[in-house]
Amino acid sequence: MIARYRVKIPSPLLSYTLGHDEVIVTLPELSPDHAPPLRAIVAALDSSFPGIRFRMVDEQGRLRPHIAVFVGPKAVRDLAAPVPPDTDVMIVAALSGG
Amino acid sequence: MAASTRTARPAVRRITLLVATRKGLWTLASDAARSRWTLAGPRFLGHNLHHVVADPRDGKTWLAAARTGHLGPTVFRSTDRGRTWTEASKPPAFHSGGGRSVDHVFWLTPGHASEPGAWYAGTSPQGLFRSPDGGATWAGVAGFNEHPQRKAWCGGDQDGTPDGPKMHSILVDPRDAKHLYIAMSSGGVFESTDAGADWKPLNRGIRADFLPQPAPEFGHDPHCLRFAGSNPDRLWQQNHCGLYRIDRPSTEWVDVGVGMPKSVGAVGFPIVAHPRDPEAAWIFPMDGTDVWPRTSPGGRPAVYRTLDGGRTWRRQDKGLPASQAWWTVKRQAMTIDAREPAGLYFGTTSGEVWGSRDEGRSWRCLARNLPQVQAVEAAT
Repeated sequence: MIARYRVKIPSPLLSYTLGHDEVIVTLPELSPDHAPPLRAIVAALDSSFPGIRFRMVDEQGRLRPHIAVFVGPKAVRDLAAPVPPDTDVMIVAALSGG
Repeated sequence: MAASTRTARPAVRRITLLVATRKGLWTLASDAARSRWTLAGPRFLGHNLHHVVADPRDGKTWLAAARTGHLGPTVFRSTDRGRTWTEASKPPAFHSGGGRSVDHVFWLTPGHASEPGAWYAGTSPQGLFRSPDGGATWAGVAGFNEHPQRKAWCGGDQDGTPDGPKMHSILVDPRDAKHLYIAMSSGGVFESTDAGADWKPLNRGIRADFLPQPAPEFGHDPHCLRFAGSNPDRLWQQNHCGLYRIDRPSTEWVDVGVGMPKSVGAVGFPIVAHPRDPEAAWIFPMDGTDVWPRTSPGGRPAVYRTLDGGRTWRRQDKGLPASQAWWTVKRQAMTIDAREPAGLYFGTTSGEVWGSRDEGRSWRCLARNLPQVQAVEAAT
């Protein structure tokens, strides 16, 4: 089985996705009861769009302070968070001052 | 044929100023007389650029240290004088698992002439990185980043400037690629004679009024460090606690701020050295009294120049506003070109760029209404 995710891209990262504000990421689904972690989706995103990961995740695997990610309706900050197949992932450039 | 008796003079070249701002990159290009300047930009609109530097070794490579309000730090590189840019495929980053992450790349320095393509980068928090390939890929200099004393030297996140502790003023001895200096706010000045494999503090004689010890070995706050143009055995330092000069191999800095007027003081961020005269340097004093306004003392901006190794300083303010100009000039935001006479340039946090083509005797505004200027570098 292939797990498929629709990922929404915020404007600060559009230079990496050739202007596409929504991209599809696919991952091999390990088993029906095992949802891949968010970090696997971000890694797949970086394979397709090199460099995008480091702008949103630091070298210690932490989401950068002004980047937010929603898995479905839920805000997550831990890249270990499971993402069930067919869940929409929304990357948001949150408020960062003037 | 008789040998020429003419004194060698620098070639007359047009100057391009690389003006890095908090919201993008602008360039100012001069005519041959440096009397007319053309502003171009922005490039990277919205990016917070801490430093954009041209490579004097090839005359065409420019590197830009960038981040945005949302996104992490990176380095962009151009090999055609800024016409096109590509992002580093491996930007400066600490090793994973070490706990530290680069907040922003603060300083860029081209490597030694014998090492084409080599560059150094200093980051916030304090880290030293090297690129062997013109800025495409970067690796940490383990001799500093993993040094057993590194944490003691650098302190914590609170031991730095308001926007984070940082490494800056990376200097490469033009006679020896292995001989390096770095400065950290805070941490102090450090020297390596083995290409960065090991480091030693070089802070004797520097005051650190904010520390309890009278003469600490490290923990100082150098704001800017420069080689005296034609003499790499002499270094100038603008420090949080005054102005200093050192003549190597001495390890003792000399206080050269005592010649500054008491009403102005010896606090500021940048210091600039003459490209040929080791006795000449310029500073841009700012108010370091009370709560540290960091603005031109009394609202009357001026550059101060020494022609005698720092013993005396002379005010240069012709053309600058006579009152109500509360400027801040950051440590990378003042520079000099190699022409004869040398041209001096600085940018303010209020978005103006000023220039002098007669070594500071007179000044004129070259650009205004830009975002906060963070760095000004001259390219030919």
